[in-house]
Amino acid sequence: MQAKKRYLVLFFAGVCLLLLFCFGGIHVPLSRRGLSRRHARTPHPGAQWRRSPGAVQPYSACEQDRNDDANDHISPRQKRDAIAGLFSGKHCRMESCFDFSLCERNGYKVYIYPHQKGEKMSESYQNILLSIEGSRFFTPDPDRACLFVLGLDTLDRDQLSPHYVHNLKAKVQSLPLWNDGKNHIIFNLYSGTWPDYTEDLGFDIGLAMLAKASISTEKFRPRFDISIPLFSKEHPRTGGERGYLKHHTIPPFRKYLLVFKGKRYLTGIGSGTRNALYHVHNAEDVVLLTTCKHGKDWQKHKDARCDKDNADYDKYDYREMLYNSTFCLVPRGRRLGSFRFLEALQAACVPVILSNGWELPFSEIIDWNTAAVIGDERLLLQVPSTVRSIHQDKILSLRQHTQFLWEAYFNSVEKIVLTTLEIIQDRLLQHNARSNLMWNSLPGGLFALPQYSTYLGDFPFYYAKLGFTAVIHVVTPLVSQSQPIMKLLAALAKSQYCAQVILVWNCDKPFPAKHRWPVTSVPVFVIEGESQVNPHPNPALLRCDYCSIYIVSVEVEFAFTVWRSFPDRIVGYPARSHFWDSNKERWGYTSKWTNDYSMVLTGAAIYHKYYHYLYTTYLPASLKTMVNQMSNCEDILMNFLVSSVSKMPPIKVTQKKQYKETMMAQVSDAPHSRASRWADPDHFAQRQTCMNKFANWFGTMPLVHSQMRLDPVLFKDQVSILRKKYRDIERV
Amino acid sequence: MYASGKYSSRGPALIPRMKTKHRIYYITLFSVVLFGLIATGMFQFWPHSIESTADWTVDKRSVHDAPLMRLQVSSPIPERGDLSCRMHTCFDVYRCGYNPKNRIKVYIYPLQRFVDELGVPISSTGLSREYNDLLSAISDSDFYTDDVNRACLFVPSTDVLNQNSLRIRETAQALAMLPRWNKGMNHLLFNMLPGGPPDYNTALDVPRDRALLAGGGFSTWTYRQGYDVSIPVYSPLSADVELPERQPGPRRYFILSSQTAIHREYRAELERLKEENGEALLLLDKCSNLSHGAASARKRCYKGQVYDYPQILQESSFCVVLRGARLGQAALSDVLQAGCVPVILADSYILPFSEVLDWKRASVVIPEEKLSEMYTILKSIPHRQVEEMQRQARWFWEAYFSSMKAIGLTTLQIINDRIYPYAAQTYEQWNNPTVVKWSSVNSPLFLPLIPPRAPGFTAVVLTYDRVDSLFRVITEISKVPSLAKLLVVWNNQNKSPPEESLWPKVGVPLKVVRTKENKLSNRFFPYDEIETEAVLAIDDDIIMLTSDELQFGYEVWREFPDRLVGYPGRLHLWDHEMGKWKYESEWTNEVSMVLTGAAFYHKYFNYLYTYKMPGDIKNWVDAHMNCEDIAMNFLVANITGKAPIKVTPRKKFKCPECTAIDGLSLDQTHMVERSECINKFASVFGTMPLKVVEHRADPVLYKDDFPEKLKSFPNIGSL
Repeated sequence: MQAKKRYLVLFFAGVCLLLLFCFGGIHVPLSRRGLSRRHARTPHPGAQWRRSPGAVQPYSACEQDRNDDANDHISPRQKRDAIAGLFSGKHCRMESCFDFSLCERNGYKVYIYPHQKGEKMSESYQNILLSIEGSRFFTPDPDRACLFVLGLDTLDRDQLSPHYVHNLKAKVQSLPLWNDGKNHIIFNLYSGTWPDYTEDLGFDIGLAMLAKASISTEKFRPRFDISIPLFSKEHPRTGGERGYLKHHTIPPFRKYLLVFKGKRYLTGIGSGTRNALYHVHNAEDVVLLTTCKHGKDWQKHKDARCDKDNADYDKYDYREMLYNSTFCLVPRGRRLGSFRFLEALQAACVPVILSNGWELPFSEIIDWNTAAVIGDERLLLQVPSTVRSIHQDKILSLRQHTQFLWEAYFNSVEKIVLTTLEIIQDRLLQHNARSNLMWNSLPGGLFALPQYSTYLGDFPFYYAKLGFTAVIHVVTPLVSQSQPIMKLLAALAKSQYCAQVILVWNCDKPFPAKHRWPVTSVPVFVIEGESQVNPHPNPALLRCDYCSIYIVSVEVEFAFTVWRSFPDRIVGYPARSHFWDSNKERWGYTSKWTNDYSMVLTGAAIYHKYYHYLYTTYLPASLKTMVNQMSNCEDILMNFLVSSVSKMPPIKVTQKKQYKETMMAQVSDAPHSRASRWADPDHFAQRQTCMNKFANWFGTMPLVHSQMRLDPVLFKDQVSILRKKYRDIERV
Repeated sequence: MYASGKYSSRGPALIPRMKTKHRIYYITLFSVVLFGLIATGMFQFWPHSIESTADWTVDKRSVHDAPLMRLQVSSPIPERGDLSCRMHTCFDVYRCGYNPKNRIKVYIYPLQRFVDELGVPISSTGLSREYNDLLSAISDSDFYTDDVNRACLFVPSTDVLNQNSLRIRETAQALAMLPRWNKGMNHLLFNMLPGGPPDYNTALDVPRDRALLAGGGFSTWTYRQGYDVSIPVYSPLSADVELPERQPGPRRYFILSSQTAIHREYRAELERLKEENGEALLLLDKCSNLSHGAASARKRCYKGQVYDYPQILQESSFCVVLRGARLGQAALSDVLQAGCVPVILADSYILPFSEVLDWKRASVVIPEEKLSEMYTILKSIPHRQVEEMQRQARWFWEAYFSSMKAIGLTTLQIINDRIYPYAAQTYEQWNNPTVVKWSSVNSPLFLPLIPPRAPGFTAVVLTYDRVDSLFRVITEISKVPSLAKLLVVWNNQNKSPPEESLWPKVGVPLKVVRTKENKLSNRFFPYDEIETEAVLAIDDDIIMLTSDELQFGYEVWREFPDRLVGYPGRLHLWDHEMGKWKYESEWTNEVSMVLTGAAFYHKYFNYLYTYKMPGDIKNWVDAHMNCEDIAMNFLVANITGKAPIKVTPRKKFKCPECTAIDGLSLDQTHMVERSECINKFASVFGTMPLKVVEHRADPVLYKDDFPEKLKSFPNIGSL
């Protein structure tokens, strides 16, 4: 019994020892084995990175720079000078290949070489040159230019093309101002030819910048070259069509998910992706059609699928597919870019780009992820599941961005050219250049001029986006007689939103003595003569012409509260309308009382100060001189401008139809000369002419009709007058 | 364990019968064994906690314990980086594949120490603290995978942050020895101090095949756009010094230069600027009387006066960041941290993360040549812009510069965005600081569109059982020219809608939808039957609206498709006594809401109301059977930042003959409840999104002395 117990105890002790061994002892050899494994020459592929708490040495950034003795390396000035020699050709950058001093001296002006007789020039290139000539950057004097544009057509450098200009190399070299291409920009749409379609232009461009379609990232010199979209010769020069999107659909899906209709290259460069499209085609919501029928000898390369493909191809209409699809495939062709890109953009069909290595159009400034799906040719088979996974909110946003970008930068040759020029200008402006936000949000970079201000809050467009608020600033150009002015001044100053009054004294008479001024709670400044209104942080601009002095204070007050809700539009009182006169085939102007309006008179209107700046800088001299000579139509022009920026009608507030009726009655000493101009039939005819001149320059009719006006909430309601805040408005 | 259990159960009976000697022997044996067990257990688990307490000796051991790799002289050297590399040529995208989360997987190689044949290590510092932090951050992130076969991106554990501490040839050989190197495909190297004397290349000199380089100090000639990532040069002061955020605004100095390694030419030019502009400029240099070391990095001097660095940076509006031997400067990070606007003078420098960050909003870039004009250039920047930039600069630092973790994860996110561009972060997400995110709106219907009149609108009538009233409403609405379709939402589950033959005859399609539950939210459901953009929500008792009034409402909606367009307006007010919001239905001069008893709005808002309503508002509305209109007003105002539009003078829906029938409104408790709604919603939204306006929309010729028959909307109704 005793022995039994002893054995039992011994057995137990043995078990305990075994346990002990298992817990601690086995562990040691295990970990040793782990170590030895890591000592092996190559680690096991499954080995993991283990956090090492031991690294204590800093990588030493601070010390480093101190130790690199500041005076050791060569003078930075010499280094800068050396750059120009070091980096040319395919390493060109603005720093090394562009002469900034020309632009500093002359301002940003563009010169076009005269057209040489006998040189053929394609319609597209003519349009490009005409757009530059019509722009505010153009100068006819080469000595005053900063940028040079060739008079030789370089758009089509495909030797097999009818537009190919021969012997360009010699012609370019012989140009007197060529200067190895410094400060030149060369436009190109097509380069290279069958079979390899290289991006070689067939002549040495030297230090010139390249504005080229279908440019590849390998060839593209960042912040030097500009990628432009491929556009057809039918692309309108000015104006341009609006986007196809007229209204949203919720949910934002169209009949097809993804479509494509185009040529299939049986062999050669760019054939890979298009040959594989049939894998993804499902004939239901993903419709990708190709045809082999193109070129003379397609039968020779014809493959087994050609006949079926060709038959399917003819069953669908390209336009119908384009307008009824959520996404449109934009695969590379022989070259990287294709017409399909702009077509899809206009059709509000979100482009799915399959073109590896294509530097997208205006990639320097446009964030294409907002408007397109950038795919990878290697992942063609994933494309359907990728686009299916895109959330409908995102689709809604992508689609609107296609429309914004199309209308802001692509819908006419002029827009494409101006965008190109503005991008280069931004590079010259350096720290004053537009931010990405200005390029990528409404109304787009062409309407947001950075020379005005670099502060986003100074523009009427970004309040909501950045949560800014605005305050008022008043400018009143005046003509004569001081008494009504003083009345106005007193009235304006009462307005709680008025932060400052600036009088532009445009009159032969001397300015009234200061003691005769009314007592105001806001500062009043006087600018004599036709000087430029000085920039001031307060963005709202109340323009009061002479004839509108009698606008009572409450009306200003009310109009201003309205304007704060619509800072990017004109808010005014009397309204006018335009219509298409189909008999005379021209635009008509009417001041009759109608059920709608598309303009408000700017005699008394509130609009953002920025539009004032845009008016003076953006519009061409020709229109402004015309307005000045007639001393008429400036309000129409302003309405055109604002509507083309905002794409929206102006806003009419209160009942007021005309200035004169009430004014004449109220103030007896009003000068009849000015007031009577409204009755003048010539005056009216002039305005008619203006309308058509303006529409012609804008290339389209930007004005939009509205059927409503805004009144105070209790306007003419049968409630106690004491409850109404703007009771005086009803009395007018 | 079983054995011991069995034994102890019998123990009390056994032990007393044993001899004392034996007993002592056994007890000792047990104690020893027990102690042994405990000690082993302790030993097993203790060391882990030692590691985390950062005992220096243990730390040192663990780094130096990394397996040793001996490089052969003849082992292969990778090619120099290929300048033409782009994602589509040098990156194997198949490794990343398609995944629903759109997230790349990153693998980190295990730590190794490389030595050459003589046993000399390839790097003088080994794994630096910063690189270790970076790798740790990656391994803690969503990007990390420990499965080498699932990885899309590989990060070597060989530290190449500072080229000066590397032996270039051997480092390259070490990289080539990595088991998955494969010509550097999908490998990511982090480098902050590239190049070395005398010419200081702007990219890492280590030959690296096709590996991606996240480098600090790229120039436009070495940076492969869309392939490499430009990263900041990390400043160790970021971790050491805490600078509290300062309110943006004017500072004591206008321009401050605090770098110590400035070329003498540039220093001379700065001195000249200082002479011209005096006190506005502060020009600091290293302190000559202080010994080198950690302390000297934190002091700057001007004419014997000592300043604390980086604290002094907070005293200036602009801070100069001049290029040194290298383009990338750690000072940039300090300057941003201080909320000082960096003035960057480094020609051809690719700014950190410039692929996604809009540096124009946070910095001023001036060509080196224009250093002498710096003062004038900076003076021309509007004050308010400077303030915005100060705020933005500080925010950039917090989000992207403050730690190695921030730098590492931002780099991975940028690469991730390239691989899944359709799921990439937006400009706003990258660039808008939280303050702006709160106050700004990104309207989902931002495009200025005036939809055509032709598609018309769909009237959605919510009804329970008031069939007579419903039929009258239908008859009235059917007179509106632009009505495209009628949709009756039958909210009564106990009763069936009347037979088809009993319904009034109308000229447009009429559909009845039966709901599963009597909920107010049903009115805002995005029914497939609604095919038009415009929706007119209307109650089954609103019969007083004239056809002109409705048609005009639709016309106004076309001009404001992103707003609620309704008839009677309501207002929210702040009750100072109670310290909360109050609902106001009096006829006031202002409007911030419109009732949805009859209102036009975009169908998109139906979808938002049903699927994107924040918090529990939807359930709350259904539970209380009230306030669905207030909720809709909140939702639309919050997402568009715009006020609703009140049209026509209409002030109330109740007509004289239907005074008391109205089930929901009228009494005092109703008002109290609606006030509660406003407070509740405001707290859920975290802000008061409603906007107050003082205008309403009327037809152009409203109340004009003009023949009524020539007006488009002569019968616009009354109060």
